[in-house]
Amino acid sequence: MLTTDVAVIGSGVSGLLAAIEASKAGARVQLIDENARPGGQLFKQIHKFFGSRRHYAGIRGFDIGTRLLEAARDNGVEIMLNSSVFGVFGKEIGIMTGEGHVRWLKAEAIILCCGASEKVILFPGWTLPGVMGAGAAQTLINVHRVLPGTRFLMVGSGNVGLVVAYQLLQAGADVVAIVEALPRVGGWGVHASKLLRCGVPILVSHTIKEALGRGHVEAATITALDTKYRPVPGSERDFEVDVICLAVGLKPNLELPLMAGCETMVLEDLGGRVPVHDANMETTQEGIYVAGDCAGIEEASTAMESGRLAGTAAAEKLGYLSPEEAYDVKEEIRGVLDALREGPFGVERRRAKQLLTQRARTLRAHSNGGTPKWVKA
Amino acid sequence: MRVLKHPILGPLDRRREVKITVNGVVITAIEGEPIASALIAAGITTFRETRVLKEPRGYFCGIGLCSDCMMIVDGVPNVRTCITPVKEGMNIETQLGFERVQEDE
Amino acid sequence: MGEGVALTGTPSFEELERSPGFPSRKRLLTGPVAVIECVQEIPCDVCGSVCPYNAINVPSLKSLPQLDETKCVGCGACIPFCPGLAIFLVDSTYSREETLVSFPYELPALPELGAVVEATDRLGRGVTEGRVVKVLERDGFDGTVVLTIAIPAAFAQQVRGINMRGGG
Repeated sequence: MLTTDVAVIGSGVSGLLAAIEASKAGARVQLIDENARPGGQLFKQIHKFFGSRRHYAGIRGFDIGTRLLEAARDNGVEIMLNSSVFGVFGKEIGIMTGEGHVRWLKAEAIILCCGASEKVILFPGWTLPGVMGAGAAQTLINVHRVLPGTRFLMVGSGNVGLVVAYQLLQAGADVVAIVEALPRVGGWGVHASKLLRCGVPILVSHTIKEALGRGHVEAATITALDTKYRPVPGSERDFEVDVICLAVGLKPNLELPLMAGCETMVLEDLGGRVPVHDANMETTQEGIYVAGDCAGIEEASTAMESGRLAGTAAAEKLGYLSPEEAYDVKEEIRGVLDALREGPFGVERRRAKQLLTQRARTLRAHSNGGTPKWVKA
Repeated sequence: MRVLKHPILGPLDRRREVKITVNGVVITAIEGEPIASALIAAGITTFRETRVLKEPRGYFCGIGLCSDCMMIVDGVPNVRTCITPVKEGMNIETQLGFERVQEDE
Repeated sequence: MGEGVALTGTPSFEELERSPGFPSRKRLLTGPVAVIECVQEIPCDVCGSVCPYNAINVPSLKSLPQLDETKCVGCGACIPFCPGLAIFLVDSTYSREETLVSFPYELPALPELGAVVEATDRLGRGVTEGRVVKVLERDGFDGTVVLTIAIPAAFAQQVRGINMRGGG
């Protein structure tokens, strides 16, 4: 049985920051990731990030990844790669290594930074090779330098759809259109504007009706939607494409929080079902924290801050930081999180996060502190 | 298709190539890339067929979650090709339901 | 269909002229000046720290960038740093017939100096011809190229890019 102070599961943005923060406070930190390389989604982000200097704004995602990795190493964070956490049992973590061995890690505090997965929508032909997640396409083009096709239809105009559509152009592909079911662009205007300047149309109140092709995508039929999101008969249009990317939202990865017994609640503004957490990012299971997109779909900047918050709170709980020291750090982070959750794209998330922390308080007040049934004997 | 030039990522560096066999045909892959990436670069997009309706499935989530990309690799079925790196001499076969690709002739 | 960046993906003229990052018509006529086409409150303040003349102010993280057109000399230093590729430079004093438009460029086909190109508007439509007068690449720009094209003066407020599809 391995032991550590703080186990951080997931080495994406929030996991790296959580690990760095806890390690800086003096805790022993074990960072675990199932992939061969740390960094989560950072290394496929080739665009310059937004935010403030503190969030590495103006720097490309993959460069931010390199800096965070250096900071993690400089702060003595131990990283276990190719290691898949298959279970959280109380404070014991079951790990399957790349060689197929099972190892157990006992931690005093656990920070779940499991990230998110892409949502899907169903339509006839959606299983044809050539239909894929936008994030999946992004990995292929930016990390592996492979284009899965030459003519793309992007379904969804949130930031992921817009950013990936532009990156498809940068990789040399054609994006024939972006369809958006809402009557407005889902993501930030500047992301959309740079696509429009390239002649890529964004068709609001439209969605995909069918993917056509034998053995592979050959065309896509789109349809207009009325004000009640019903297809408008006769409004169908076909586009000759060989790839259809789905950018229809992200949802938190809940396997480990659920297994650990964390309470959840559904908040559509945060991607659906989200683990309940308080203002310290602690879930309803004592000593288990969440951070990053796992705690609700937001941005890289909020993932950095929530990771720092969870790392600080975990270090405080274990006595590596005094309440006074921790308070100042946490309050500053909370202020930054509030600032990041302003503006037309942020206010709903802020409200949703308030509902989460309120629920955490309510549940704590009524709980009897029971542990899950399957604690390893 | 490989992205040889890129305005931000620059030219594709010369990387070590490995040879893998896909359904009896030898193709070139780049060391360390996921099997799925090598297949897509070689124009192969059907990785498996469903058991009952024999429908083609290929790369979908890219992150090891959806199981559409599973193939038989060195005799082992249900290998997630989107997150498994290629190795020199690897033998990849289309998975039919839970079985190997069947030769028609 | 309605107008405006939230509905269409590109700002309307009203949104642009209303925004504090857009220079006045008067200032546009007196010399080169930055044109910041960022009209939504998103948490980002990169441009506020890159101007050597302190002509861009972003008071809080979500504020729209404010252009002080008395301080802006039109040097173009801000253009490559906006993560949204939303800052341009317009110089209507280049000549009587021609205006210079500078814009950030991160696409595959890079035009050559002196090339005659199709100049495009905010919807990517070719509206006139332009001539590439400067191609600026610097390590500090981290991959973003700043292109400057000369176009007929009448198109100064329309042209924001070029069409390299099918060429280059």
